[in-house]
Amino acid sequence: MKIDNSLPLEYSTEENSLKILGFWIFLGAEIMLFATLFATYFTLENRTGSGPTGAEIFQITPVLFETLLLLTSSFTVGLGIHAMRIGNKKAMISFFSITLLLGLAFLGVEVFEFVTYVHEGATLQTSAFTAALLTTLGTHGAHVTLGFFWGLFIILQVKKRGLTPQTTNKAFIFSLYWHFLDVVWIFIFSFIYLKGMM
Amino acid sequence: MDFFDRFAVPHPSIAIYASMAAIGLTVIAVIAGLTYFKKWGYLWREWLTTVDHKRIGIMYLLSALLMLFRGGVDAIMMRAQLAVPENTLLDAQHYNEIFTTHGIVMILFMAMPFIMFFMNFVVPLQIGARDVAFPRLNALSFWLFFMGAMLFNISFVVGGSPDAGWTSYFPLAGNEFSESVGTNYYMIAIQIAGIGTLMTGINFITTILKMRAPGMTLMKMPMFTWSALIANVIIVFAFPVLAVLLAMGTLDRQFGTHFFTMDNGGMDMLWANIFWVWGHPEVYILILPAFGIYSEVISTFARRNLYGYKSMVGSMVIISLLSFLVWAHHFFTMGQGALTNSIFSITTMAIAVPTGVKIFNWLLTLRKGKIVFTTPMLYSMLFIPLFTLGGVTGVMLAMSAADYQYHNTMFLVAHFHNVIIPGVVYAMLAGLHYYWPKMFGFMLNEKIGKWTAWLLSIGFIFAFMPMYVSGLDGQARRMYTYSEASGFSLMNMISFVGAAIMAIGFVLIVYNIYYSTRYESRDISNDPWDARTLEWSTHTPVPEYNFAILPDVRSNEALWDAKKNGHVLFKGDYEKIHMPNNSGIPFIMSCIFFVWGFSFIFSLWIPVIVTTIGIFVCMALRSFEQDHGRYITVKEIEETETNLRGA
Repeated sequence: MKIDNSLPLEYSTEENSLKILGFWIFLGAEIMLFATLFATYFTLENRTGSGPTGAEIFQITPVLFETLLLLTSSFTVGLGIHAMRIGNKKAMISFFSITLLLGLAFLGVEVFEFVTYVHEGATLQTSAFTAALLTTLGTHGAHVTLGFFWGLFIILQVKKRGLTPQTTNKAFIFSLYWHFLDVVWIFIFSFIYLKGMM
Repeated sequence: MDFFDRFAVPHPSIAIYASMAAIGLTVIAVIAGLTYFKKWGYLWREWLTTVDHKRIGIMYLLSALLMLFRGGVDAIMMRAQLAVPENTLLDAQHYNEIFTTHGIVMILFMAMPFIMFFMNFVVPLQIGARDVAFPRLNALSFWLFFMGAMLFNISFVVGGSPDAGWTSYFPLAGNEFSESVGTNYYMIAIQIAGIGTLMTGINFITTILKMRAPGMTLMKMPMFTWSALIANVIIVFAFPVLAVLLAMGTLDRQFGTHFFTMDNGGMDMLWANIFWVWGHPEVYILILPAFGIYSEVISTFARRNLYGYKSMVGSMVIISLLSFLVWAHHFFTMGQGALTNSIFSITTMAIAVPTGVKIFNWLLTLRKGKIVFTTPMLYSMLFIPLFTLGGVTGVMLAMSAADYQYHNTMFLVAHFHNVIIPGVVYAMLAGLHYYWPKMFGFMLNEKIGKWTAWLLSIGFIFAFMPMYVSGLDGQARRMYTYSEASGFSLMNMISFVGAAIMAIGFVLIVYNIYYSTRYESRDISNDPWDARTLEWSTHTPVPEYNFAILPDVRSNEALWDAKKNGHVLFKGDYEKIHMPNNSGIPFIMSCIFFVWGFSFIFSLWIPVIVTTIGIFVCMALRSFEQDHGRYITVKEIEETETNLRGA
C-alpha cells in the first residue's frame, strides 16, 4: 500500500481518499433523506386532526438541553480529530469518549421527550402531524444511536491498533457523520421546534 | 392454523398452484444439479463471494434476463385477457396483481439490473480502472438487489401479490382497500433493493470521479461513462426519497400512522407527489445509460467520432436537472390547479429540447459515416424513429389541458411503452450483443440477432400502436375487461397478436444464446467490432486485473488513437497489482435481509428483531475486520499476459 506522507494519515492512501469522497456522496444522499422528511413535515405540520398541535406539546427546556448536548459533542469530536492529526492518541480517545457520552445524554433527553409526548396524547398514531414529527425526530435519533455504536467500535480499534491510516480514516469519516447529524439537528431545532412554538 | 392462514394466497387459481409447483421443482432441480455436479464450492468461491465487478455484472445480467421473462409472462397474460371482450381468463383481482407486478418487475427488477450490468461490466474497463472504488460494497449492492427481487417474486405464491398498481397510490394501497400482505411486499422488497441501488450510486460516482486512467479528464471520458455518472448522481438524489416514502407507507400499513390516510390529517396526495419526485428521475436513471450505449454503438458502427460530444454531455446534465422538476405531470387531473399544471407542463416540454439535441447528434454522427449494419446498430437505427414517436406523444401528454383526454387511458400506456421499449429495452439488447464477445469470448449470431430485432419491432408496432387509438377512444388502463359494445375488440386483438410476436422475439434471444454458445467461433480478437474505447484494448476474456498496465489516455477515443494515430496506450513495466479479497459477508448479510424482509411483511416481530441484530452484527464484524487485500505478483501477471496473448 502506497502511503503519501505529505497528507494527513486519514488521506494518506488511495483507498482512504476514495472512502472519504464516497462518504461525502453518502452525506449528499442523507441530505435528500432528511429533506424528504422535512418536506413531509412541513406539508403535514398543520394537519393535526383531533390531536394536539406543535405549540401545545413543544417545551423549550428539553429541546435546549438536547441542542446544547449535541452542539458540544460536535465541538468535542472536532477536538478529537485535531488530537488525531497531531498524533495524540490518548487525547483523541478521550475527546471521542466525551463525544459519545454527550450523544448518549442527548438520546436520554430525547427518550424523555418522547415519553412526555406520548403521555400528552401525541403518539405515532394520533395524527398526520405527530406521525411526521416523530418519524423525523426518530430518524435523527436512530442515526445518533447508530453513530454511538459506530464511534464506540472506532475507539476500541484505535485503542488496540493505534493511529494507523485505517483507523484514522474511520475516525475522520465518523466525525463527518457526527457533524452532519448536528447540522440536521440545527434544522430540526429551527424549523420544527422554534417555528412550532411561535 | 390461524398462524399459517396469513401465508395463503387470497385468490388462488390453477395458474398460481402450477407456479408454486414449478418454483418448487426448479429449486429442487437446481439444488440436485449443484450437488450432483459437485458445484457448491465453485458457486461459493467464484460467484457468491466474488467482489470482481465483471462477475457481479454478469450476475446482474442473469437476474435481469430472468426477470424479463417473469415480467414478460405477466404482459402476455394481460394481453391475452384483453384480446377478446368479456374474457374470463383472469378475474379482476388477478388482473390487478399482474399489472402491478408487471410494472415493478420490468422497471425495478429488469431494467435497473440491466443498467447495473452495463455499469458494472463496462465502466471500470472504459475508464481504465482495475475495479470499482468499493468492491465489497458493490457485492453487497448486488445481493441486496437480488434478495429484494426474490422477495418480491415469492409474493404471488406466499400471501398474495401487491395489487394497487406499480405507483401504489394511497388510499387504494392502504389497509382498507388492499387487505392482503401484497402491498407490504411492495414496501419492503423495493426498500431492500433500493438500498442496494443507492450504494451502487455512491460507488460508481466515486469510481468515475477518482479512478480514471492517467490523462482521462472528465471531458475525455467515453459517452457511456458520462451517462453512467449522471445516472448515478440521479440515483443518489432520488433513491433516498423512495426510501423515506416506502418507510412512511410501511408505517401507515403496519403501525397505524396517518401519513396518507383519509382521516386524522392524513394526505393521500402526498404519496403521489413524493412517489413521482423519485419516480420521474427514475425513468431518466434508465434512459440516460441507454442513451450512452446508443452513443457508443452508433459511433462505432458509423466509424466516426461521436458528433457534438460537449452538447451530448450538456444535454444529459440538463435532463438530469429537469428530471426533478416535472413530477406533477403524472397527475395533472388530480386537482392542483391551473397555475401549477402550467408550470409543470412547461418544464416537461422543456425536456424535449435536450433530448432532441441528442437525437440530432446521433443523426449527424451517421452523416457521412461508413455505416456497418450489425445487430447492435440495427437496434440503434430502429430506436431513433420509434423513440422519436414516443417522444412526440410525450409532448402531447405534457399539455396539461389536453391531458384530461388522455389521462389514465391506453394512450398513456402506449406512450410510456413507446419510450421504454425502443429507448431502454433496445439499448439493453444492443448492448448485450455488443458486449457479449467481451464477456464470453464469442459473438452472438448476427443472423438470429437481426431477425430478433425485426420481430421485436414489428411486434412492438402491432402491440402498441393500436393502444394509441383505443386510448383516444376512451379505453381506460388497468381495466380487466370491456364490453363488446365499446368497440375496443379489434384494437385489443391486434395488440395481442403484436405481443405474441414480441414474445417470439424474446424467445429467439434465448435461442440465440444457446445457438451461439454451441456453434459460434471462439477465435475472435480482443476488438471484434473495430471499436474506439478502452474496454476493447484489453484481452478477451478480461483478466481479473483488467489492465496489466494502466492505459495512457489522450482523447475520448483512446483505442482509436492507438489504432489509427500511433498513440501508445500501455507504457512502462509490470508492477505488482493490489486486488481486494473475496468475502462472504455481503451474501450472508443479504440473506439475513431477506429473512428480515419476509418477517417484516408478515409482522412476525420476533424474527424481525433477531434478524435486525444479525444485520448489525454483520456490520460490526466488517468494522473490526482487517483485510488489506492481496497482491498479484509481476510473475503471475507475465504468465497471464502470455497465456492471453496466445503465444
